[in-house]
Amino acid sequence: MATKTPEQINEDLLRPLSVVSPRYFIALIFFLAVVIVAVSFFGRQIYDGLGVTGLNRPVFWAFYITNFVFWIGLSHAGTLISAILRLCNATWRRPVTRCAEVITVFSLSIGASFPIIHLGRPWLAFWLFPYPSERGIWPNIRSPLLWDFFAINTYLIGSVTFLLLPMLPDFALIRDRASGFRKRVYGFLALGWRGTPKQWHRLETAMHIMAIAIIPVAVSVHSIVSWDFAMAPVPMWHSTIFAPYFVAGAIFSGIAALIIAMAGLRKFLHLEEYLRPIHFENLGKLLLVMSLLWFYFVFSERLTGWYGNEKYEMSVFWLTQRGSFSPLFWAMVFCNFILPMPILAIKKLRTITGTVIASIAVVIGMWIERFLIIVPSLAHKYGSFSWGSYRPSWTEIIITAGTFAAMALLYMLFAKAVPIIAVWELKAGQSVEREHLETVLAASEAEAGAK
Amino acid sequence: MGHQWGMVIDLDRCTGCEACVVACHAENNIATVGDKQAAGGRAKHWIRVERYYEGDFPDVRVKFMPVLCQQCDAAPCEPVCPTFASYHTDEGLNGQIYNRCIGTRYCANACPYNVRFFNFYNPVWEKPLNLQLNPDVSVREVGVMEKCTFCVQRIKAAEIKAEAEKRDVKDGEIQPACVQSCPTNAMVFGDLSDPNSQVSRMAASSRGNKLLDELGTRPKITYLQRDSWNGDENA
Repeated sequence: MATKTPEQINEDLLRPLSVVSPRYFIALIFFLAVVIVAVSFFGRQIYDGLGVTGLNRPVFWAFYITNFVFWIGLSHAGTLISAILRLCNATWRRPVTRCAEVITVFSLSIGASFPIIHLGRPWLAFWLFPYPSERGIWPNIRSPLLWDFFAINTYLIGSVTFLLLPMLPDFALIRDRASGFRKRVYGFLALGWRGTPKQWHRLETAMHIMAIAIIPVAVSVHSIVSWDFAMAPVPMWHSTIFAPYFVAGAIFSGIAALIIAMAGLRKFLHLEEYLRPIHFENLGKLLLVMSLLWFYFVFSERLTGWYGNEKYEMSVFWLTQRGSFSPLFWAMVFCNFILPMPILAIKKLRTITGTVIASIAVVIGMWIERFLIIVPSLAHKYGSFSWGSYRPSWTEIIITAGTFAAMALLYMLFAKAVPIIAVWELKAGQSVEREHLETVLAASEAEAGAK
Repeated sequence: MGHQWGMVIDLDRCTGCEACVVACHAENNIATVGDKQAAGGRAKHWIRVERYYEGDFPDVRVKFMPVLCQQCDAAPCEPVCPTFASYHTDEGLNGQIYNRCIGTRYCANACPYNVRFFNFYNPVWEKPLNLQLNPDVSVREVGVMEKCTFCVQRIKAAEIKAEAEKRDVKDGEIQPACVQSCPTNAMVFGDLSDPNSQVSRMAASSRGNKLLDELGTRPKITYLQRDSWNGDENA
């Protein structure tokens, strides 16, 4: 990249914070409207009961739990990827990390709301908190749902910290350039950041600790989400492959979400010179690896299930393979593998447009994957007398749409409040590059001098 | 050791009359949900009579199998409940405490027998049906799971009476509504911890087997049936 002066970087990256276009307002109001409609449908669901959904016996979990797994999965975009890239010292990561970490925080919050939305009596969700209560009872630590509760909260606290830490210098930067009310707000958020060497050193240490700590947390979260299913004696759920399969799937969909978000930011915030084709290319390669890994997991799961030929497993197996769920199954394979594979594997196609198309397919495919894990197993659980099926109701569809709108809304608001690319990290990256260049030049000069 | 309540169901005696289903509804205040909801899979029958067909036309035999909560000793529904709404009682029942239930429905997914039922709406009894509610059994509100209790209200009543009279509960003294109403005496209820009870003796029959025994849930209901008829087969 043509090296920019620090002033130019400030200018480019802080511009979105002060300029608001009418187009932004229209989009904001649209997403807000969708969210409000979804919330009102949820209100009706609380008032009437879960009868307004398509749930029935035996399909007691469907869209809401699909959304839960889907959004928790997307949350692996950020923190995990950015932590790994940080620890590997991948220098190209610098403009990418923050928009990734934001995805984590928001999608985790949205995902974590689904276990509450899906409850029969959501007003009692706080009973999962372990606190001495008048009921004289603690939550049941044997329940995977409780493991979820702790894992997700740990991950949420961790990823919010991970997001906020590197924002301090940027808050201070905005504070120093702002005046009046804005100055007060950002001054408060900057937590007294002065940029002394001691502060930088502490920030660096804290980031390093968080980057290491967050990786096992992220892995544990999706493992535990998978155990919501794997722990129950339900055909095709009760499987040892689920934890790694879910973690791989989560990273897979997370990278796809990151690519889509980056493309949107690049276009709407005019960050063409910061989020460059190389970033999409590198993330595209990662997506390719995950696509192959995903296919490997599905293949292993299906092959061992089919070869074992256990009768209850087989009834679910054939239901997805060539029964009423087979169109969804093959759509999933198409979206997650057949379409993205060539796009991501062929260098010519691994462009920004190409990776975005592949990513959209992957996000859709991974949503279908979660649905196919949950619903067919419940629909064909053991005795054929109690088999059933499932069709979503409008309430479920609208609440699902509402969460996508909520994600867009939160992301848009965030991009107006905080520079979506870490300003100081970018500058630090450039100075590293410059130093590197200087050492190389000095070395070659010394060599020339020696001659 | 305390009582371990169990049941034997003789499938060779069952005629599929569904008197047990009706009796259960009446005893346990189970609301009907209407035809539309029932068609959508939301009917609540703590006991149901499953029909299976054996043989090819014209040599078809219809087989009936009453299925209710199997009161498993290793019940998959119990550990998964985050709030202990589903738990194991001292007398071996799979208890369900409605007031603790927050409606995750995890227990119903974990149950291999599909014998747990969810209140998708608040239950309604049209007048004058509200007058026939059993005062010994609570009604369940929207959003909670419910299931067969082996008529725990009858078990408790008999135990309290026996204690007052300073004696043990007699074999056959307790009859859940389904057992009481069965015209062919296909169902027998009693204490499995007493080796001389009728239910213990019948459960030891060579005709006996457990539903989905291979899952290791250790059900406390034993089905008796001729060898030719394999009850848990996917028909």
